[in-house]
Amino acid sequence: MSATTGPTTATQLDGARAATPAIEVHELTKRFGEVQAVRGVSFTVASGEVFGFLGPNGAGKSTTINMLCTLAKPTSGWARVAGHDVVRERDAVRRNIGLVFQDPTLDGYLTAAQNLRLHAELYGVRAELVRPRMRQVLEMVGLWERRDAKVMTFSGGMRRRLEIARGLMHSPRVLFLDEPTIGLDPQTRRSIWTYIRELKAREEITIFMTTHYMDEAEWCDRIGIMDHGRIVALDAPEALKAQVGADRVSIQIDNAEAAIAALRERFGVEAQVVEGQVTFRVPGGEQFVPRLFAELELPIRGVSVLRPTLDDVFMSYTGTSIRDAEEDHAKHRSRVMMQMMSRGR
Amino acid sequence: MSVTADHVERVPAGAPGGPEIVRVHVPARSFTSELRAVRIVWQRELIRFVNDRMRIVTSLVQPLLFLFVLGSGLQRLASAGTHGVSLRTFLYPGILCISVMFIAMFQAASIVWDREFGFLREMMVAPVRRSSIVIGKCLGGATVAGFQGVIVLALAGAVDVPYNALLILGVLGLQLLLAFTITAFGVMIAIRIRQMQSFMGVTQMIVTPMFFISGAMFPPSGLPGWLTVLNRIDPMTYAVDPMRRLVFDHLHVSALARRALDAGVSWWGWRVPSGIEVAVVAGLGLLMLAVAIWEFSATE
Repeated sequence: MSATTGPTTATQLDGARAATPAIEVHELTKRFGEVQAVRGVSFTVASGEVFGFLGPNGAGKSTTINMLCTLAKPTSGWARVAGHDVVRERDAVRRNIGLVFQDPTLDGYLTAAQNLRLHAELYGVRAELVRPRMRQVLEMVGLWERRDAKVMTFSGGMRRRLEIARGLMHSPRVLFLDEPTIGLDPQTRRSIWTYIRELKAREEITIFMTTHYMDEAEWCDRIGIMDHGRIVALDAPEALKAQVGADRVSIQIDNAEAAIAALRERFGVEAQVVEGQVTFRVPGGEQFVPRLFAELELPIRGVSVLRPTLDDVFMSYTGTSIRDAEEDHAKHRSRVMMQMMSRGR
Repeated sequence: MSVTADHVERVPAGAPGGPEIVRVHVPARSFTSELRAVRIVWQRELIRFVNDRMRIVTSLVQPLLFLFVLGSGLQRLASAGTHGVSLRTFLYPGILCISVMFIAMFQAASIVWDREFGFLREMMVAPVRRSSIVIGKCLGGATVAGFQGVIVLALAGAVDVPYNALLILGVLGLQLLLAFTITAFGVMIAIRIRQMQSFMGVTQMIVTPMFFISGAMFPPSGLPGWLTVLNRIDPMTYAVDPMRRLVFDHLHVSALARRALDAGVSWWGWRVPSGIEVAVVAGLGLLMLAVAIWEFSATE
């Protein structure tokens, strides 16, 4: 079940592969004219890890991913993917990565199978392996039965699944997913995640993804939070949340004012009434609840304890919620565009 | 890194009882892998063409209008100058060329299309040379256009041109060459253009004059000076002229008619032989292919 997916027949070659990190990034920057999209990021992703970039639109996630995929040249710094330099060994990097972009890159006039075959031919997959591998990846995303249907008849979710299957056709070491669930309904998003987790359990693969959905980032082994072209925090989701610390405890109680006063006196906790409930922040909320019942001499009707979310984490590092950050970026972008237009570009 | 060549490994999956995982290794770039890339890009053009039957029909409309409507409509006016040869017969070699030309341009447009719909990116990130993609595109365009040419070729009987094996082979060869050159030309332009509308506009601006000036609709001799200059510059001229000579070689017409209708292209009074004309078309095709590859490799 867990991450120990390594086959028992692992060869020494595989052992050597596992030792090299899947991705190494050192002081990577990218500038577009006056806009500094990425301002020096450094991180390492271990082989077999699910690594996520979390941040608002315009934080530099896609630009970073493009540099790692050899689609954009870094302005400075270096990066190695699967042990190969993304600038000097572009082809070697490309052979070892699978890509699923934000925007669709399928040929709608071809069938699902034809799209995959085209990919296999471009990547030089051995002819006799094309069909078994195709069957495998299509079955994984539940599209084997639809292989001979034209892609233009597919729904948005099916297309995204097909793109993931295509990205896996050549057994890449690293799969890049740039906002794999953007624009999809919640149910489809969930099913995409089921496929990604299943994939993780079955193939030896490192997954590097970007998202701006907080709930999705929780699926990752580690998360880098990106804002304004920098990584502001990098750790496992649980560790990040632990750093924020306090849980949020809400109590349903009849005499709210008495409760607030008692909380201040006995526990030294500042509480307030939020949506009719007495609410306060306290570290280790679950351990706090028994003390609450024992020592607060007031009848409690109900208690809820909320762990900090990644949204809280994002807020604590950037001082703003991810939604507000996006609005800021949108304003900034339109301002830059207006400037460029007024200069006649 | 990949020390071994591509080989298959079947390893038991993580989940007990799960199916075997087929793992593939992507081999390092080689001549064979580039050939495969060329072939699949070429095949894609064919698959899309066969799927799109509507296009096969619509792209035939224009050449057929020129051949049968214009050819029949102007017949009476032109009869004084054609020395007994039907105007349709005279126009036929030109139509053989333009039918190929329009479809080849359309094929090249698919690069703009691919870019708009994102598919170009899939090819751009593949571990293959950009030149393989461009060559595959051009060969695909040439094949599709050549196929279209065959349909027009089949109409030879309707305009009193005999079905002769040598003639058919010659026409096919010329059509394929022209289609390749025009596709390369179109691809060269298409790489720089990001929107379909712009490409259509550019096509109208370049291809229509090229077609009118080429002498597909009139003999390229005895033209006014300015038009002679334009005609000799137009690359299409060097495809239409050998095509006409080839067709007229297989017609039974009077020497007078031949002189009037098939006087050919001359440079400073010297009649350019078909071989050189074909070489001009081929050379231009290769040159534009090289430019297209260079442009395509330079884009990120």
